[in-house]
Amino acid sequence: MRFEYNIESGNFSKAGDASSSFKKILKQLNVDPQVIKRIVVSLYEGEVNIVAHANGGKAICDVDTNCVNIQLIDVGPGIPDIEKAMQAGYSTASAKVREMGFGAGMGLQNIKHNADEFYIQSEVGVGTKLTIIVNLIKA
Amino acid sequence: MDSKHFHHALKISDDICIGCSHCMNVCPTEAIRVRNGKAILYENRCVDCGECFKACPVSAIFIDQDDFKRIQAYKFRIALVPAVFFGQFPDEISQNQIYTAILANGFTHIYEVEIGVDLLANEVKNYAKAHPEKKPLISSFCPAIIRLVQVKFPALTENIMLLKPPLDITALYCRKELTDKGINPAEIGVFYITPCAAKIAAIKSPVGEDYSMITGVINMDTLYNKVYKYIRNDRSTNPVIIPKKQLSKTAWQWTLTHGEATHVPGRSLAIDEIHNVIEFLEKIENDEIGDIDFLELRACDESCAGGVLLSANRFLVAERLRSYSPVSKDEISEKDSILSYTDYLLRRIGIQPISPRSMMKLDENMEEAMRKMDKSSQMLQCLPLIDCGACGSPNCQAFANDIALGEADIRQCIFIQKNREQTGELTPDESLEMLKSIWGNDKFFSNRK
Repeated sequence: MRFEYNIESGNFSKAGDASSSFKKILKQLNVDPQVIKRIVVSLYEGEVNIVAHANGGKAICDVDTNCVNIQLIDVGPGIPDIEKAMQAGYSTASAKVREMGFGAGMGLQNIKHNADEFYIQSEVGVGTKLTIIVNLIKA
Repeated sequence: MDSKHFHHALKISDDICIGCSHCMNVCPTEAIRVRNGKAILYENRCVDCGECFKACPVSAIFIDQDDFKRIQAYKFRIALVPAVFFGQFPDEISQNQIYTAILANGFTHIYEVEIGVDLLANEVKNYAKAHPEKKPLISSFCPAIIRLVQVKFPALTENIMLLKPPLDITALYCRKELTDKGINPAEIGVFYITPCAAKIAAIKSPVGEDYSMITGVINMDTLYNKVYKYIRNDRSTNPVIIPKKQLSKTAWQWTLTHGEATHVPGRSLAIDEIHNVIEFLEKIENDEIGDIDFLELRACDESCAGGVLLSANRFLVAERLRSYSPVSKDEISEKDSILSYTDYLLRRIGIQPISPRSMMKLDENMEEAMRKMDKSSQMLQCLPLIDCGACGSPNCQAFANDIALGEADIRQCIFIQKNREQTGELTPDESLEMLKSIWGNDKFFSNRK
């Protein structure tokens, strides 16, 4: 099953809407609560990234009985140095974004920590695509 | 599905219920439907918050208590009285008069529920320090909140603090103190005067405890009326009983909003009223809000001062409790007080881990749940999304789920009915029968006497 959510650029009051909606679906599908938590935390981080850095994007969430596959696709500046961006504490967030409590540079780290598989594709000046996979069945 | 039977103190009287759907529309867990002109309760979804009780215009929803006469089956009849009980009476009635009247109504001993608070307050601090991984720690105080977390926020059950609430500590203490005085335990009846339905449910089917120390439950309004009547009519010259003062400032205010949160070090928040709690827990569950150490969450507005069984205005009750003069620490002697049982109680203050019992799932089997979700979203596309409730479900989304679960028929929707009458798929008679099956025969003009 596929669920798609649009993510608006710059609207922090709506950051979290996609995660909340998808969370409700996972609960209805009887996914283990602790697994839901990992999925939702990853999705939320990805959502905030798009709101903060990109010119908008979307989350495409595919669910089957084996796993959840989330693609976060944005149109935006892209990440010049992915390795650097993955380091804890690294952030390109503006002062304004940091003041709002976002942009501590833990986002990608946190996704990696919660996901079973995590991929980043990015092209400077075009956009970024994150792929987050969380297994529903214990390996 | 969890096979354990859950006791609910909230009951609907079919004889009185007029099937008006007020309760269905206020239920925060969508646990009520209307069928055959009566409200019905999905027991596994109900958290005993009491919102339906407040909303019912004909008092068809009642809170099932023990018969007051039951206290007479015991030689020693203990009333466990919460602080908010005292806050209901007009200012000119003294606490001593209230004590006297409670005893005059048949009890032999009175223990204020909150005498266990000081011991607990200290233990909460230790617990928070010992469990930094559980942040934010969720208070175990309000039983409606514990049930809400279990059914709606199953991932957060791990965050619930595993300590007994003051009621259980005090119940344990009073039984121990009396048996230590040589009283036969079988002759002790401990009766809790409850401000709400959730506490009753917690006593009759405890969560995190194997059994409850409490013999029976009396609704607070029942005792309030008895006590008030006694005070109003008391012409006797019987001396007023002056009780031993035991409650500290912390204890008097524990059950009010901020009563717990102010005593937990770090960043603590107090949130009251169940919809506010739900809104906040959604964010906690997404990890949107970090760095919170402790959450005091209460289902009622103004916490226990707003309990559905209180007779006075909740703001006045809270104000009175804040104005009561507490005893200072020096005034409580170790002898003859709960302090002498500190070790005994601390050894028993823990409760069992609380397991989730999510009621959001469409099916136990995920493939089947997906099939039902598919059906539900197809149904939702046909529905008007005005959430009128005429189908007997609280909103279009809940109705779509009910159809997918096989508990409702799409033709219950009045918009679908109109469409199908137009196309000839449904006759006006069938359509009327459909509505009667939801709202009962009495609501239709042709049948109205």
